[in-house]
Amino acid sequence: MLKLSTAPHLNTPTTTRGIMLDVIIALMPALIVGLLVFGMGALQVVITSVAGCVLFEYIICRYFLKSNPTTGDLSAIVTGLLLAFNLPSGFPISLTLIGCFVAIVIAKMAFGGIGKNIFNPALVGRVFLFISFPVQMTTWPKPQAFNFMNTDMETGATTLGILKHLKTDETAQMPELPSYLNMFIGNIGGCIGEVSALAILLGFVYMLYRRIISWHIPVYYVATFMLLSSIHWLLTGEIRHEPLIHLLSGGLMLGAVFMATDYTTSPMSKNGRIAYAIGCGILTYVIRFYGIYPEGVSFAILIMNAFVPLIDSTFIPRVFGTRRK
Amino acid sequence: MDIITSSIIMLGGIALASGVVLYFVSKKFYVKEDAKISEVEKLLPGVNCGACGKAGCHDFAKACSKANAEGFKQLYCTVGGNKVMQKVAEALGYRQEEKEETVAVLRCQGTCQNAPSKFEYTGLKSCRLVAQISTSQSECPYGCVRLGDCVSVCKFGALKIDKELGIPVVDENKCVSCGACVEICPKKLFEIRPKGKDGKRVYVACRNQQKGAIARKNCSAACIGCMKCTKINPEIKVENNLSYIPTSVDAETYGQELADNCPTGAIVYTGRKEKKHGA
Amino acid sequence: MELKTFPMGGIHLDKHKITSDKPIKEAGLPEIVYIPIKQHIGAPSKIKVQKGDKVKVGTLLADADGIVSADVHSSVSGEVIKIEDIVDADAYLSTMVVIKVEGDVFEPTIDQGPEIKKEITLSAEEIVKKIRESGIVGMGGAGYPTPIKATIPEGKRVNTLIVNGIECEAFLTADDRLMVERAEEIVIGAKILNKALGIQNAIIAIDENKPRAIEIMKKITRKYVGVNVRVCESKYPQGAEKQLIKAITGREVPSGKLPIDVHCIVQNVGTVHAIYEAVQKNKPLFERIITVTGDNAAENPQNFRARIGTPASFLIKQVTTHPENIGKVIFGGGMMGVSAVNMDAPVTKLTSGILLLNDEDATKPPETACIRCARCADSCPMGLRPFAIATAIRNHDNKELKQLHIMDCIECGTCSFICPARIPLLDYCKLGKMEIRKQKK
Repeated sequence: MLKLSTAPHLNTPTTTRGIMLDVIIALMPALIVGLLVFGMGALQVVITSVAGCVLFEYIICRYFLKSNPTTGDLSAIVTGLLLAFNLPSGFPISLTLIGCFVAIVIAKMAFGGIGKNIFNPALVGRVFLFISFPVQMTTWPKPQAFNFMNTDMETGATTLGILKHLKTDETAQMPELPSYLNMFIGNIGGCIGEVSALAILLGFVYMLYRRIISWHIPVYYVATFMLLSSIHWLLTGEIRHEPLIHLLSGGLMLGAVFMATDYTTSPMSKNGRIAYAIGCGILTYVIRFYGIYPEGVSFAILIMNAFVPLIDSTFIPRVFGTRRK
Repeated sequence: MDIITSSIIMLGGIALASGVVLYFVSKKFYVKEDAKISEVEKLLPGVNCGACGKAGCHDFAKACSKANAEGFKQLYCTVGGNKVMQKVAEALGYRQEEKEETVAVLRCQGTCQNAPSKFEYTGLKSCRLVAQISTSQSECPYGCVRLGDCVSVCKFGALKIDKELGIPVVDENKCVSCGACVEICPKKLFEIRPKGKDGKRVYVACRNQQKGAIARKNCSAACIGCMKCTKINPEIKVENNLSYIPTSVDAETYGQELADNCPTGAIVYTGRKEKKHGA
Repeated sequence: MELKTFPMGGIHLDKHKITSDKPIKEAGLPEIVYIPIKQHIGAPSKIKVQKGDKVKVGTLLADADGIVSADVHSSVSGEVIKIEDIVDADAYLSTMVVIKVEGDVFEPTIDQGPEIKKEITLSAEEIVKKIRESGIVGMGGAGYPTPIKATIPEGKRVNTLIVNGIECEAFLTADDRLMVERAEEIVIGAKILNKALGIQNAIIAIDENKPRAIEIMKKITRKYVGVNVRVCESKYPQGAEKQLIKAITGREVPSGKLPIDVHCIVQNVGTVHAIYEAVQKNKPLFERIITVTGDNAAENPQNFRARIGTPASFLIKQVTTHPENIGKVIFGGGMMGVSAVNMDAPVTKLTSGILLLNDEDATKPPETACIRCARCADSCPMGLRPFAIATAIRNHDNKELKQLHIMDCIECGTCSFICPARIPLLDYCKLGKMEIRKQKK
């Protein structure tokens, strides 16, 4: 019997699953650096987080929605990896699972699953943990200079934490900051996935090469932030406003490349994406420089997520053969 | 204590101020509307189906209250039927003539059994799309596409695709003859017909205009234009190899005979004794 | 060298041009041909022959009924055995003249000689009359009667003729081969059209993925003043009329307007070649180049020169010995072709190719949830937002639907093709068009 269908009769080989697989591949360099820098503690968080996210999505689909599980599209693995990347190494297993629950069940499935969530699930999970368990979330193991088997962890503050401390405690001694090279390759304290700017850049290049994302959001995001912080730094001249430190340490790179570019929670037109990225940059600057938290990327992206529907209805691309209104 | 008191005063003050503002705003922007409209609207079913030809129930209520006695006769809410129209007429002080209750009937019996599929369609399930690139599921160019555009457009849940037959079945208790299915069907297979006394009605469930032999080959329940029905009641006309039974033919008197004598079973009589499948 | 292209959207498509090296092959004569009397947009033609009539190749079978209509000629010699409604490719009934083939005798007026006639002796009016008498329609697939496009309406101005040799559609190579083998005739055809339109400027637009055609065309156009070759980027849908005009001239056809409103006329190379044959050789349109192809279902894909009315199955038999492998038969290319249910249906003036897919390729993958990647909107050559159209249709949101410019959709299929969730976005756009048309009534 002949088959019948409407045109087109061809499809691109790219599928949702393929895109997610590419994102996972792009996350690999950062994952490897994280494991090398933080050792077993990081591995435990990553495995728990990924397994937790996949499991929660499967349970919700199978037993609550009674539909075919959507875990096959690998998006839960991406969420799990990103959540783990935003947690400190050695984060307790039970709390990681709570983060997975919030990310998948509340932030994703409650809104209707993939494509329908308003906020980035991994970030919602992280922010929930950050507010609920501030002590555990800011217990940063020190980098162990690629000594993988060392399980005896020392802890210390992140670079941004040190900078923030300078502001609140005027009398504090200027502590030693890590070198730019260490910040670039990732031999610093921080969340598992955010430490190495180099690894994130590798992932960024891979995603650009595979045309998973366009360059607009990451570049406009970082550029806006750098512009504002540079002006601030030039005006005050204080070391804690040094823009390059802000770029290389903390979650700015990770957020700009992997979190802000999430399809579902970012605008769908080119100009909209630029506006969104600029908004993220401004908010990150405001929170880092004027807020009480040392880190502002998560909040900035989540706040801008809420503006996406508005941006989508404002920045409508021009239709061929018509004039822009 | 201090904090609590000040909070209460502050929040109370805000509430009071907002209330005052809201009050004046609602006064200033109040739209005066005929009391009759809301009264009529309350009586209507409120499904906004548009079957009456107006944009929605509110629009219909507006039209009713504005119409004079003559104009009112032209207005009819098919969903509410006579009961609702009677109430509306009472509220407005008019007299509403009783209209016969109607129902949608499917003029096709191109079921999976009578007219087997000739191809396998993959893609978005929409009859209107398939009708653009081909005819129907079966060899019959006039028959049902069986993808259920009518089901998706029915706001009253009166239509569903019968799993075994493959074609939609009308639930006459739920059907309000709004005409949405008539409009959406790319094959124009639905017709709004009087429900008939005790739900007894007779109609030709076929739209095939091909010559008898071809029509029969395509679908075993096709009308072959054999003219037998025209001999039973001369009001019945056969045009383009297709018979049509006008609503003036009394179902109770002729129904049984017409259905019994139709060689293919294309004529459906809902009150038929010997039970047979019919939409 | 500068490549021309359109600025908005578009995709780089794996074009599967597997037959671009295959010379055009005579398909031969089937035993019986079925010639539909309506192969164009507009009114069906009036039948001039009767059952039992003897006809020759080129004999008029049906006369144009009004201006928007076209003549139909016999493509074979033989006897008319019946004239009736026959099931067409889409299973609808269509009136066809059925001719039993006997020999291959041409009408004596047709010049069958191989020499190329370069001199254009007819006047503009005579050219248009010749085009009309030869039953020429837009052979790119639109089927709009060509005589209308060869005359400039009152109050309009034309300064550019674009000969469309882009053939951006997947799989098809009919135009490519025609340009390689009949380059000079196409150029003369362009000159003829220029004369009919009263202009001096013709541009032959070719896709960069046809190096041989570009080379040959460039060589030949050097001898003809006013005919130039422009090479376009290999992007889909570069061959769409509005996108091509934008690429070549930089002019944008306003929404709801025609190319003539920006002083352009676009003609397919096949049409231009047919015009040459009609005007210089007195040959009506009764045959065309058809690519019969497929990746897995066709063993020996070919470019055929086939008579109009040849059953598709006659051509399919020549490219595959395993017809049971065929899962889908498509009249046209992979992106815009129409899936057919009847393999015995005849090829028409508009059939540029027959694409065969095996069972696996023929099945549409299941639809999954939209992930808002915006690829559909980013690649839409008209700047539309297919995802928004799909949402509006699903929600029956007619108010939103009206603001989405659906009527500008050119139905190129880019959105459905690119969607990673396999949402049939083009289908939603078509439903949207139906909805808008219904409301306009």
